[in-house]
Amino acid sequence: MWKTILKLTSFRNFYQFSGKLLPWFTAITFILFAIGLYWSLVIAPIDYQQKDSYRILYIHVPAAWMSLFVYIVMATSGAIHLIWKTKLSVVIANSCAPIGAAFTFLALVTGAIWGHPTWGTWWVWDARLTSELVLLFLYIGYMSLYSAIEDRASAARAAAILAIVGVVNIPIIHYSVDWWFTLHQSASISVSKGSSMHPSMYWPLLVMATAFKFYFVMVLMQRARNEILERDQNANWVQELEKEL
Amino acid sequence: MTNSSYTAFKTMVHRDFTLAMRNRSEWTNPLFFFFLACSLFPLGIGPEPNTLERIAPGIIWVTALLAAMLSLESIFRSDFEDGSLEQLVLSPYPFTVLVYAKILVHWLVTGIPLMLLSPLLGLILHMPADGIGLLMLSLLIGTPVLSLIGSIGVALTVGLKRGGMLLSLLILPLYIPILIFGAGAVDVGLGGLDASGHFLLMGAILILAFTLSPLATAAALRVSI
Repeated sequence: MWKTILKLTSFRNFYQFSGKLLPWFTAITFILFAIGLYWSLVIAPIDYQQKDSYRILYIHVPAAWMSLFVYIVMATSGAIHLIWKTKLSVVIANSCAPIGAAFTFLALVTGAIWGHPTWGTWWVWDARLTSELVLLFLYIGYMSLYSAIEDRASAARAAAILAIVGVVNIPIIHYSVDWWFTLHQSASISVSKGSSMHPSMYWPLLVMATAFKFYFVMVLMQRARNEILERDQNANWVQELEKEL
Repeated sequence: MTNSSYTAFKTMVHRDFTLAMRNRSEWTNPLFFFFLACSLFPLGIGPEPNTLERIAPGIIWVTALLAAMLSLESIFRSDFEDGSLEQLVLSPYPFTVLVYAKILVHWLVTGIPLMLLSPLLGLILHMPADGIGLLMLSLLIGTPVLSLIGSIGVALTVGLKRGGMLLSLLILPLYIPILIFGAGAVDVGLGGLDASGHFLLMGAILILAFTLSPLATAAALRVSI
């Protein structure tokens, strides 16, 4: 059992495996984005109060969801690396950081663009917004700590510890709208209570969220493959790949 | 804690405390920084008493936080440089216990003096007298959290030549919750409301940091060495 898992997560196997999956993920991402964007920007009805400006939620909400999800993936891979010392989990965690930072940035920027006409301000020091900003700093901290330590092995372990410590922020972000009644609205969609959105607006959001997930996996695989090639550049199988080109 | 770990803890506290007392600038410099940085605000914003009174809790909390952060390096830096940190990792006692001792000493030589100095700063920033007690209580609960969380950051960066800037980048985001509740407690109390909710939350943060952060610090130190 252990040996098969270790074999499957070897750099070479992951490279070949992800190479086969990547075209599928790319295709699904593009199809989902095409459907989701057309549905949400053209077909979905206009909001009676916010007019067309509400449509930015189709980017904002999936990006915010992903910013949390990617952090959890990153911290989990970091923990796996600390416990079992697997090489692949470091690569995954490292590849997660810039993607997660980008999603967080996107969520903050789209929120600001939406907030300006709706709330009348670009930014408020609301609990949700502040904790999301902290998340962006956590991603940046992870990347700078990793790049500051020269020795790769200790950089990976130090960054993993930081990622795990930062996990305390995730429930704070998630529950901030329930714990503090500030400007950001509460969640409209929950697993247990269902959605308070109208289906005609809810379904395109789900399509967009799925598109974001596939996009994440696609970019994650590409980044991980790059890092694998760089780390294993002197290995035989990479040399052979180079010869084939 | 077994008897021998307790002895190790006591010895460690005694050693670090004596070292800090002999090296006087280690614990006086953060205090001077605290005082100086606080007195910059009236000069920058203007000496208008109403404005100062309004923002005093925030100013005092932010500068206390920065003073605590700037003094963090002293927890592990010198021990790292002369190699005694390695000996502590290799010692037969649980390393986390020794880390607890080091964090305790850091709090004793920075957190407590910062708290004791805060009434004076409250006074020069025109804080009302009933706010001073709240401010001291909030710093009493808050400063151990600063030492506890900060120790993780120092442990991660102690092996680096210039870790100072990176340390603040890693630590400041994690300081935000305690800052919000600490300064918030004083604000709420001055507004005539019941601040106990804020204090309870600070206590919860303190317990969380107390139980978990020394473990993370010990793990990070093992990586850094």
